[in-house]
Amino acid sequence: MDEYGVILTFSTGHAIRTENVLAKAGIETKLIPVPRHLSSDCGSAVRIKQRDRQKALGILAQNAVSIDRYEPL
Amino acid sequence: MVYLDNAATSFPKPQTVPEAIVSFMTRVGANPGRSGHYLSVEAERIRYGTREAIGRLFNHADPQRVVFTANVTAALNLVLFGMVQPGDRVVVTGMEHNSVMRPLRFLEGRGVTVTLVETASDGTVDPQDVASTLDTPARLVCTLHASNVIGTVVPIGEISRICRDRGVPYLVDAAQTAGCVPIDLGKDPIDMLAFTGHKGLLGPTGTGGLVLSPSFDEKLIGPLVYGGTGSRSEQEYQPEFLPDRFESGTCNIAGIAGLSAGLDYILTRGLSEIRAHESGLVHQLIAGLEAMEGVTVYGTSDPKKRTAAVSFRIAGIDNGITARRLSEEFDIMCRPGLHCAPRAHKTIGTFPGGTVRLSIGPFNTEADIDAALSAVAAIAGK
Ligand SMILES: Cc1ncc(COP(=O)(O)O)c(C=O)c1O
Repeated sequence: MDEYGVILTFSTGHAIRTENVLAKAGIETKLIPVPRHLSSDCGSAVRIKQRDRQKALGILAQNAVSIDRYEPL
Repeated sequence: MVYLDNAATSFPKPQTVPEAIVSFMTRVGANPGRSGHYLSVEAERIRYGTREAIGRLFNHADPQRVVFTANVTAALNLVLFGMVQPGDRVVVTGMEHNSVMRPLRFLEGRGVTVTLVETASDGTVDPQDVASTLDTPARLVCTLHASNVIGTVVPIGEISRICRDRGVPYLVDAAQTAGCVPIDLGKDPIDMLAFTGHKGLLGPTGTGGLVLSPSFDEKLIGPLVYGGTGSRSEQEYQPEFLPDRFESGTCNIAGIAGLSAGLDYILTRGLSEIRAHESGLVHQLIAGLEAMEGVTVYGTSDPKKRTAAVSFRIAGIDNGITARRLSEEFDIMCRPGLHCAPRAHKTIGTFPGGTVRLSIGPFNTEADIDAALSAVAAIAGK
């Protein structure tokens, strides 16, 4: 079974930007509601596979996409 | 009916624009960025996609640095009131619209100094004249990209490089050029580009925005409106990140859906094709008007240096009467008077009487111009 993590962002717009940039780089993503235990905010987060974490965070940094943080699920 | 008032607002719109609005309102309807449910996410995708399309048109890489506002007036006010402090100096040209002049005349009362760069009577701005005003410190240079009265294009590329050299932020009012004249933010160091959605971009009224270059520090602008953004709801303080810093309150998402369709139309048909189409009609119109006795055309006739807003006057006939006759007898829509730009009319020497303005859009035809020319000839003949 795949293990997942989420990238928390500052807004749904940022989540969509994150998703688009990662998708262009061939990383599998899914936009999900922010898990309640991770944040009280009501927006969306980007789910990725745990094993893509490093690559994904690198790509986001390269593209100047600001994120809040990464959390394992 | 012949619609030649595209500089006021473009009409008709591509059919896909009203369709996109209806589709949004019947199929999606939700508030973007406010909730986690899929309709809200879909609304945010539409808004984000529109930011991307703006980025594509202006060669700007970061969609999050595209801030939506109600129109270009709101975007210009955001910068002028959010950035300029008493004691600051702002440099503008003698061709500005009241959406820049009125905020600045008000700010003068608060101790702001306004420096006017005079232009030639055809509206031509010499970038060196801008440069020579920057020997003393300035907070901001603000120019329009093209005159809404006579269509003259301002060399914003050269001015942007001068401003960058001198370290002065540069704000461009692209109301008359976005969607009609190429704007390349990747090439020209324009710090802030203000645009309106309902003219050349072919979107509905109530849309517009501000594009901030990657190197411009948005903290230099304080928000004018504070409030809910859907993001960081646990905080009672305004978020600092873009675009939320400047986008409090529910946006005109139905309008933005329509704007998105307008942008698609432009990107598909191609800006250069639209520009060539309009330039051809401008040439036809100016040549026809100049051949008429008693008719004076203002501005340059070089299509490369102008947009499709053409101003003229008929000697001895009041502009308001010309416009009324065009509308009532000939079914031709135009705009007479001062076009919200008394400063520009003073510069070209047509204040306070103004001019009659015919402004061409991407859906006008040679037959429309022929109709306008014979109507003007008939009015000038009596
Ligand atoms: C040069 C210029 N600036 C600003 C505006 C104001 O546009 P809006 O009414 O969309 O804010 C216009 C159009 O009227 C314009 O032509």
